[in-house]
Amino acid sequence: MTRKNLLSFLAVGCGVVMAAGLMAGCGKGGDGSKSGAAKTTIQNKGSDTMVNLAQAWAEEYKKLAPDVDVEVSGGGSGVGIAALIRGTIDIANASRDMKPQEVEQAKKNTGNEPKQFVIGYDALGIYVHKDNPLTEISIEQLAEIYAEDGKFTKWSDLGVTMAAGKDEIIRVSRQSSSGTYEFFREHVLNKKDFKLGSRDMNGSKEVVELVANTPGAIGYSGMGYNEPGKVKMLKVSSKKGEPAVEPSVANTMSKKYPVARSLDLYTLGEPEGAVRKYVDWILSDAGQKVVEANGYVPLSPERRKK
Amino acid sequence: MTAADSTQKQKVSFAVRQARRPAWALLGEKALTVLIYICGISAILFVLSIFIFVFKEAAPILFGGNFSLSQFLFSDQWYPTSEVNKRYGVWAMIAGTFSVTALAMALAVPFGLGAAIYVSEFCGPRVKETLKITIELLAAIPSVVWGFIGLTVMSKLIVTFTGAAVGVNILNGGIILALMSVPIIVSIGEDALKAVPDSYREAGVALGATRWQLVWRVLLPAAKTGLLAAVLLGVGRAVGETMAVLMATGHAVHIPHSILDSVRTLTANIAAELGEAPAESDHYRVLFLIGVLLFTITFVVNLAADMVVKGIRRK
Repeated sequence: MTRKNLLSFLAVGCGVVMAAGLMAGCGKGGDGSKSGAAKTTIQNKGSDTMVNLAQAWAEEYKKLAPDVDVEVSGGGSGVGIAALIRGTIDIANASRDMKPQEVEQAKKNTGNEPKQFVIGYDALGIYVHKDNPLTEISIEQLAEIYAEDGKFTKWSDLGVTMAAGKDEIIRVSRQSSSGTYEFFREHVLNKKDFKLGSRDMNGSKEVVELVANTPGAIGYSGMGYNEPGKVKMLKVSSKKGEPAVEPSVANTMSKKYPVARSLDLYTLGEPEGAVRKYVDWILSDAGQKVVEANGYVPLSPERRKK
Repeated sequence: MTAADSTQKQKVSFAVRQARRPAWALLGEKALTVLIYICGISAILFVLSIFIFVFKEAAPILFGGNFSLSQFLFSDQWYPTSEVNKRYGVWAMIAGTFSVTALAMALAVPFGLGAAIYVSEFCGPRVKETLKITIELLAAIPSVVWGFIGLTVMSKLIVTFTGAAVGVNILNGGIILALMSVPIIVSIGEDALKAVPDSYREAGVALGATRWQLVWRVLLPAAKTGLLAAVLLGVGRAVGETMAVLMATGHAVHIPHSILDSVRTLTANIAAELGEAPAESDHYRVLFLIGVLLFTITFVVNLAADMVVKGIRRK
């Protein structure tokens, strides 16, 4: 008797669940017919420099196309590119170019060649504590501070006098999955390795946060993470003696600032459907406005999509 | 048909039903026994299969020729993504893991056991309830929140009070980890003390022992195994913790010379780098080898503790 009860209870339970599922399905179908299509989800992952920006795009795009969900996560350009190679995401955000061997791997794994879309520019800010008297720095000096064979370990090596006991340069860097880390290694250290012992932060924001709390620190992070009043961005010159350039929107666009880079989206092959529309929207005036609002440098008007 | 006949029949049918019932009941019982048996050994199965998986991923580099295990263990050069000269040495991270864990335990064990003794033996029922709820709340804070507290609040405090050059260091990570393992030590330690029979306490009081003597001479020796288990679970939490130490210790590959130096731990290194390491590359395999190393460390710690406990019991 009890067993029968149990069975019938289970059967009824299953029935109820299935009915609920059907009803939910119908409900969704109804919604979908109103907006013209079923819900689509775009998986978007990668650069930590771009994660706030990507989030802002997703929110803004939701207002235009409520039936498209864009799921954004960070982790670093390397993480996004690795996921693209595995074929688990639709769009990878990257603050560095894909390497030739990564392109090869993606082709081998998925059969599609990754396609790059430049969606804006970032001046890589060199941050120091707000009380640091330094105002400018050269690429060579940065390499002396950060590179494996570099000789600068104290602020006095740079000719800066700090408060007593704060003379040591606290190098703040990024974890190796970061596109910013690789960009810095390639363009500032000239592909040499980093000196061991730097504090490797897990995100762009953490770098600025730590520099703000540490009088003897120096760090690098995207210009979108600047917090005036807590940290100071240095002017940078490509060689000692040459005029140092401020990391501003105008100087990035005119390529005067020496450590500027493009911010990219990568898709597997030519994007189609919802992903195509989303990328086109990002490249349009509306999407570029979001780039500017997040503190980065948008594309020049002639490079945008109409 | 007499009444006796019908009762006889009923009895027979009852007996038949009884005899039939065990047929499926027995089967059900068998099934349940097997199920419980599987539950019982599942822990062993899981541990073994995890170890095999981790080891399988690491094995190709370990036995692949141009890789030196002693360099892996005793070199502090960690350059997994270098473009000119890749080097895989985890000595600095081993030192980092041990120093942070040791500091965390030095802080957490006295506080945790002290709190367990207070909650179990000294305070009144209302204070006890409040404390237990608060301590459980402390255990429920996610580790990334602890890490954020370490990075923002603690790092500022440490710079202000110690004059350290940077606030994210062993001290910061140790304090955060201690705060995270204290709740575990307290709740398990308190359970261990509660498990000591009241007759021990009564006997102690009857012999004229003070409260302190009672705790020190009677309760602690009686509850030693449980208390050791509490401490070990605390150590386990400290060694295994990832997110909080990643943020609070500074994540610097550096052999520490004082507790105000930044370090990197083995777990944090895996967490930060596994996501981008291309599958089946050397870097990926070395990260799994670090996993094997962590496995070995926990295994040795647990085994040692087990032997200590057995030694105590034999006495």
